[in-house]
Amino acid sequence: MARTYEPVIGLEIHAQLLTASKLFCGCSTDFGKPPNSNVCPVCLGLPGALPVLNERAVRLAVRAALALNCSIVETSIFARKNYFYPDLPKGYQISQYELPFSEKGWLDIEVEGRKKRAGITRVHMEEDAGKNVHGRGGDSLVDLNRAGTPLVEIVGEPDLRSSAEAAAYMRAVRDILVFVGVNDGNLEEGSFRCDANVSLRPLGETTFGTRVELKNINSFRFVQRAIDAEIARQTVILDGGGQVLQETRSFDPESGKTASLRSKEEAHDYRYFPDPDLPPVVIGEALVEEERAAMGELPSQVRRRWVDELGLTEAAAQTLSQHPGYVRFFEGVRAQVPGLEPKKIANFMQTEVLRGAVVQGQRVSFSVSEGQLAELLTLLDAGTISGKQAKEVFALVEGTDQSPKAVVAERGMEVVSDAGELESLLRDLIARNPKQVESIRAGKKQVMGFFVGQVMKATQGSADPKVVSELLEKLVTES
Amino acid sequence: MTITRDDVLRVATLARLDLDDDSLDELVHELDRIVGYVRKLDELDTSDVPPTTQVAVSSAPLRPDEARPGLPTEVALREAPRSTPEGFRVPAFVDET
Ligand SMILES: [Zn+2]
Repeated sequence: MARTYEPVIGLEIHAQLLTASKLFCGCSTDFGKPPNSNVCPVCLGLPGALPVLNERAVRLAVRAALALNCSIVETSIFARKNYFYPDLPKGYQISQYELPFSEKGWLDIEVEGRKKRAGITRVHMEEDAGKNVHGRGGDSLVDLNRAGTPLVEIVGEPDLRSSAEAAAYMRAVRDILVFVGVNDGNLEEGSFRCDANVSLRPLGETTFGTRVELKNINSFRFVQRAIDAEIARQTVILDGGGQVLQETRSFDPESGKTASLRSKEEAHDYRYFPDPDLPPVVIGEALVEEERAAMGELPSQVRRRWVDELGLTEAAAQTLSQHPGYVRFFEGVRAQVPGLEPKKIANFMQTEVLRGAVVQGQRVSFSVSEGQLAELLTLLDAGTISGKQAKEVFALVEGTDQSPKAVVAERGMEVVSDAGELESLLRDLIARNPKQVESIRAGKKQVMGFFVGQVMKATQGSADPKVVSELLEKLVTES
Repeated sequence: MTITRDDVLRVATLARLDLDDDSLDELVHELDRIVGYVRKLDELDTSDVPPTTQVAVSSAPLRPDEARPGLPTEVALREAPRSTPEGFRVPAFVDET
């Protein structure tokens, strides 16, 4: 009989730090420049070139670690991780091994309403490798613009138990890093990527099974699919009485399967040793406190405040706290219309505003300004326009600097709330549709929709359906 | 002897060195002498000495985050045996890092 296995998953996330220059040299970190145009003797690995550490990279790394609840280690060291690869010109990667600058953090995630705290082993700094292009006349081409770009590696504890938890964790880390201004969260351009360690063990067992490392997963969807595929593969092996090999595998989104890349190196194959070119990194208390202050409110804190103090739903708070730009926009509108229920701003942002919002790294461009939305929601709240009209006005002012007020006035969109006009419309309809009136009197309330619809048509949608229903009910019962 | 042929072969593999039998024997001998020489340090009691990786500077100097021009691309590519404007040209390989 097939046994039930428990997946044990830990993620290693690489996130690029938002610096102007590389980790150990002054070359620009600009993405998308001509190949090998942002290179120098240091990042090309030319003999005699010496690395000098980028202060902002250290600061952003510290901020990332603090946001992930890690403690900062005052003195840490850089080590050389030795291996040969065409995109690694020095023959080693400068990373942190024995003494990383931070450790022992955690992160709360939520999957299907269940909250869970996942441990973070460590966060360390390292440099990125170059980029390769393959299939050029039997050759591969190497572009070293990216070589030396500053990264943090976030090593998670094997605390995750499903692919859904892994995806939630990956998202939470991404949101936090973008929030505190450390990373642009761009998975497509590779500035945020993830490896997943996956093993299975019989349910109830406390020791870990043999783990497989899934490399370079670059989307939230793929992390879930890749892990599910790997769990399925390992289950078949274990059910058949076989043994899972410790190896590195990659996920092919087309076949939906993982494939072996190589047997996993042991750490000592990398022959780590302290980099003699780089003295120890000393991170003082002052720097730590400055970065703690710069970190600001974390997404989880924003959500709690919105739910507890503003009465937003968890779902709305979740959606609107996905990007610091959304938060700034929401808070900006709220500051302009302090009398308006925050929930109403949240609803309109979710249904309309976010559809036209374009996220680009740390920046979001919205199709309307905070001022335009504040004015529009004020009109809606005052009953000057209906909800349906608010959406129309929104569409009209999108991408323009027009004032919603002016648009409403120009188009004569004010709600027809003139009771006299509505009443004469309704009386006319009642006179012409005696059968429907009888049905309503007989208790068939849904027939009221027919009248409301007719009035909306006659007023070109500018009547308030609620007012129409109330008036109709009054007229039907009294006549 | 503390260094074995297997040790040398293993390090040679990691270093991508293809050694013939003669150089292998020679390296076993030489590495054994080098390691033996360094091992003299074991005669000292260093249990109270913290591991030291640097003596010249106590902490890494930091550099302001300012982008500066590097090498012109032609210069960067000049010493490479094969290159194109698209990159350093190397024998085809599979990405697996
Ligand atoms: Zn450089």
